[in-house]
Amino acid sequence: MTAEIGLAALWMAAALCMLQFIAGALATRSEGNDIGALTRPAAIVQGLLALTAFACLLWLFAITDLSVKLVATNSHSEKPMIYKLTGAWGNHEGSMLLWVAVMALSGAAIGALEKRLPERTIQAVLAAQGAVGVGFYAFLIGSSNPFERLPSPAAQGAGLNPLLQDWGLAFHPPTLYIGYVGLSVAFSFVVGALITRQVNPDFARAMRPWVLGAWVFLTLGIAAGSWWAYYELGWGGWWFWDPVENASLMPWLAATALLHSVTVLAARDALRTWTVMLGVVAFSMSMLGTFIVRSGVLTSVHSFAVDPERGVFILILLALYIGGALALFAWRASSIAEGKRFAVASRETALVFNNIMLCAILGVVLLGTLYPLMAEAAGDRVSIGPPYFNPVSAVFALPMFAVMAVGPILRWRQDSARRISKGVIVLAAVGVVTALAGALLSDAGILPILGLAFAAVIAVAAVMPLYGRKLSRTPMATWGMVLAHFGVAVALFGMASESGFSKETLAAVSAGESAQIGPYEVTLEGVEPLAGPNWTALEARLSASDGGDAVILRPQSRTFVQPVQTTTESALLNRWDGQLYAVLGQAAGDGRWQLRLWWKPFVAMIWYGSLLIALGGILAAVGHIRRSRRRKALEVRLAEQEADLLLVRRQEEAMA
Amino acid sequence: MMRRLWLMFAAIACLALPLGYAAAQTADETSMADTQLADPAQEAEAKALMESLRCLTCQSQSIADSDAEMAVDMRHLVRSRMQAGESPEDIRQWLIERYGDYISYAPEAGGITWPLYAIPAVLVLLALGLLVRRLRRS
Amino acid sequence: MNRWAFYIPLALFALFVGLAGYQLTQPKADEIPSRMVGKPLPAFELPPGRADGAPVTNAAFTDGQPRLLNIWATWCLPCIAEAPHLESLKEAGAPIVGIAIRDTQEDIAAFLAEHGDPYTGIAIDERSSVQLAIGSSGVPETFVIDGQGIIRHQHIGDIRERDVPLILEKLREAGE
Repeated sequence: MTAEIGLAALWMAAALCMLQFIAGALATRSEGNDIGALTRPAAIVQGLLALTAFACLLWLFAITDLSVKLVATNSHSEKPMIYKLTGAWGNHEGSMLLWVAVMALSGAAIGALEKRLPERTIQAVLAAQGAVGVGFYAFLIGSSNPFERLPSPAAQGAGLNPLLQDWGLAFHPPTLYIGYVGLSVAFSFVVGALITRQVNPDFARAMRPWVLGAWVFLTLGIAAGSWWAYYELGWGGWWFWDPVENASLMPWLAATALLHSVTVLAARDALRTWTVMLGVVAFSMSMLGTFIVRSGVLTSVHSFAVDPERGVFILILLALYIGGALALFAWRASSIAEGKRFAVASRETALVFNNIMLCAILGVVLLGTLYPLMAEAAGDRVSIGPPYFNPVSAVFALPMFAVMAVGPILRWRQDSARRISKGVIVLAAVGVVTALAGALLSDAGILPILGLAFAAVIAVAAVMPLYGRKLSRTPMATWGMVLAHFGVAVALFGMASESGFSKETLAAVSAGESAQIGPYEVTLEGVEPLAGPNWTALEARLSASDGGDAVILRPQSRTFVQPVQTTTESALLNRWDGQLYAVLGQAAGDGRWQLRLWWKPFVAMIWYGSLLIALGGILAAVGHIRRSRRRKALEVRLAEQEADLLLVRRQEEAMA
Repeated sequence: MMRRLWLMFAAIACLALPLGYAAAQTADETSMADTQLADPAQEAEAKALMESLRCLTCQSQSIADSDAEMAVDMRHLVRSRMQAGESPEDIRQWLIERYGDYISYAPEAGGITWPLYAIPAVLVLLALGLLVRRLRRS
Repeated sequence: MNRWAFYIPLALFALFVGLAGYQLTQPKADEIPSRMVGKPLPAFELPPGRADGAPVTNAAFTDGQPRLLNIWATWCLPCIAEAPHLESLKEAGAPIVGIAIRDTQEDIAAFLAEHGDPYTGIAIDERSSVQLAIGSSGVPETFVIDGQGIIRHQHIGDIRERDVPLILEKLREAGE
């Protein structure tokens, strides 16, 4: 019964979504009708229905209802409850339902809460949201129905791949989806503003929390995925420039650019067309990511979890929405009045420059990711990897970091180079000293040393906007920027020191023998077999010592039964100045074991930095929302006072 | 979204051999696959080369990041040839002669791959041009 | 700005959709063909795969007679499926030299006892060195080598029944 309720809720939500689209679209077409009044209630009820559908799916997974196909193929009654629930979105159909539900809830939030923009613009925004939603409902109900029943219930579920029963993997995908959905809302705002020609600071302020929110979730999602790859794959790498990784990085790059250009639009009413363009690009990147991951168009050897038919469907949606939005853009952009102008030395110029650099990096990643596809169409096969992405993106990233350091201390509209010269000299000195120290004291390559230097510069520059300010009166949004920029410095520091100063030792040792890695001496004490619930493992006991007390590490080589898979479970030793990373390799036959050991200085900073970035985003979003609430309250009070005054005056007139 | 699953499946596909078999195969001590070169500078070069060669039997992994048998043999090839004095680029060329550009993650600026370098440069010049024009007008 | 410039993103996007749509309809090309076809076999000398066998060298391919070079292994499942078709190639008169990847003489003897022995000679390639040298990217693969030791044709994957005539034809061409 629950499955049927869920499906019914889904159908009704789809119908309301259609209504929301049609009503909103009709409202923009002709003046003076009130059909547009339907959009807000439709959006709210649609959100509740989609939530109901998703709750039904969660329930089906919780009770392991094996008459439902999706549950039978993806779950098992013996799984821990938490992984039963996360299993609901650990598959194509469930994840699409989650996507749709989050999107519908976002629409409901706009419908219920957004009061700043003109009603007509909101209706256009909700119409755009409805248009995007209808396509996803069609996809879900038409070709990926999560509530499909089996002709007869399965005796037992097929189970979820044991490796997917992992915290990181359970929450990394939905975090990214929420980010993608946030970008779809930004997209709807852009389309709505294009339709009603209301590209102005009010529009930017209304859209900004969504962009910030999406950006925070994307940051967290990418960081979680990268952490998972780092500890689970067992090779010590945290970023491989794999197409699927790039698919999640591209929306983030676009969202970062959008976030900054929205800020310019909100504060200074400049960069109108550019912001609109970025809004379209950001959403198209998240659609493109979905397409790449689910169509299998960019993968060759493995064809699981992908389906070309789904690929066709997503491509059609992509063509409709992005093509439509770009056509609308081309048609309307020339009628958007140019925004306010600004001088060369101004914060706007710095932001524009960095927007360009971010877009260039986005272009590099996009080109490098899609190039194998183009080469294949031309009958050739190429591989694009780190040797391309690292240096080519660095060419744009390094100038961007330099400008990012200076930007926040520049004033809006017009500033003089003289005024900030002291700050710039300090920053340059910090950079040069760090770079020189790095070059003289280590044999690291040029990119890691430049990375270190820029990390130091950005760290100092990040707190500069606080200089001379009264900290307790500094706006929350400014704190957000400071924190996020400081997070970039921390993450950059981690990346640079990991790539520049990591040590690797590969050793074949028998019990009792030692290997040296960085500051540690690692001794193999023994290898023991071990049995888990659905796996057997060989577990090494390693004692690691840097002169002080020895610490025991237990890396495993795990073999899962059904299906038979061997995985490496790395063991990490965290220290303030780095991580010892140990992996048990294969047996060498003569009683010796292959060990892979890494010493990775400050590697954890990559993820701590990402957390700081996300936290900065949250602070900024909360700060902006609070400020606009306050502004709204002030406006209301002013209006009331005015009304009171008017009343008093009328009474006086009447008395006279 | 599902990207981690992919990497993982790739890793599994490369590892999907029973342990006993794997053990038997590495019995020979002369394999250089996981024996670091004595000279640290040479080892660093070898490592960089291995990180930029594609494992042919995996999906989207370098031979440095894979336990697939063929990746292991390719690591042996790289390390033993480097020890014999060959340069990393010679080894890369030797492999490209046999497998084409597909085997190398480092696309060369030439032939079919020149747009990879030309397009970003052109885009940025274009964008900076627009910016300069805009600033001049103001 | 020229208002037509605003159509550039749309045009680029249309190009992408066209390309992606085209690629979706194309069969996935997941084979990596060897670039060594048309070139001579590289020099090699491999230990024998049979206890009473002789080492195999590239010189064995330059006696004027075209041969098949079969890259296989006892641990490879498709190689079992391929065995009967290798047998029929042998019956059709094709001399087949096998190179067993990462294998042992004991495993090879057991495999051949169970699935038949179509080979005129077998060698063991312990570190895939010959496999890498001729640009082969997996097991099984079969190469047609002409009488001068030039690689004439590469068949990727296991040989099915329908592939046998083509391989015989390539072998005949190599002998002309």
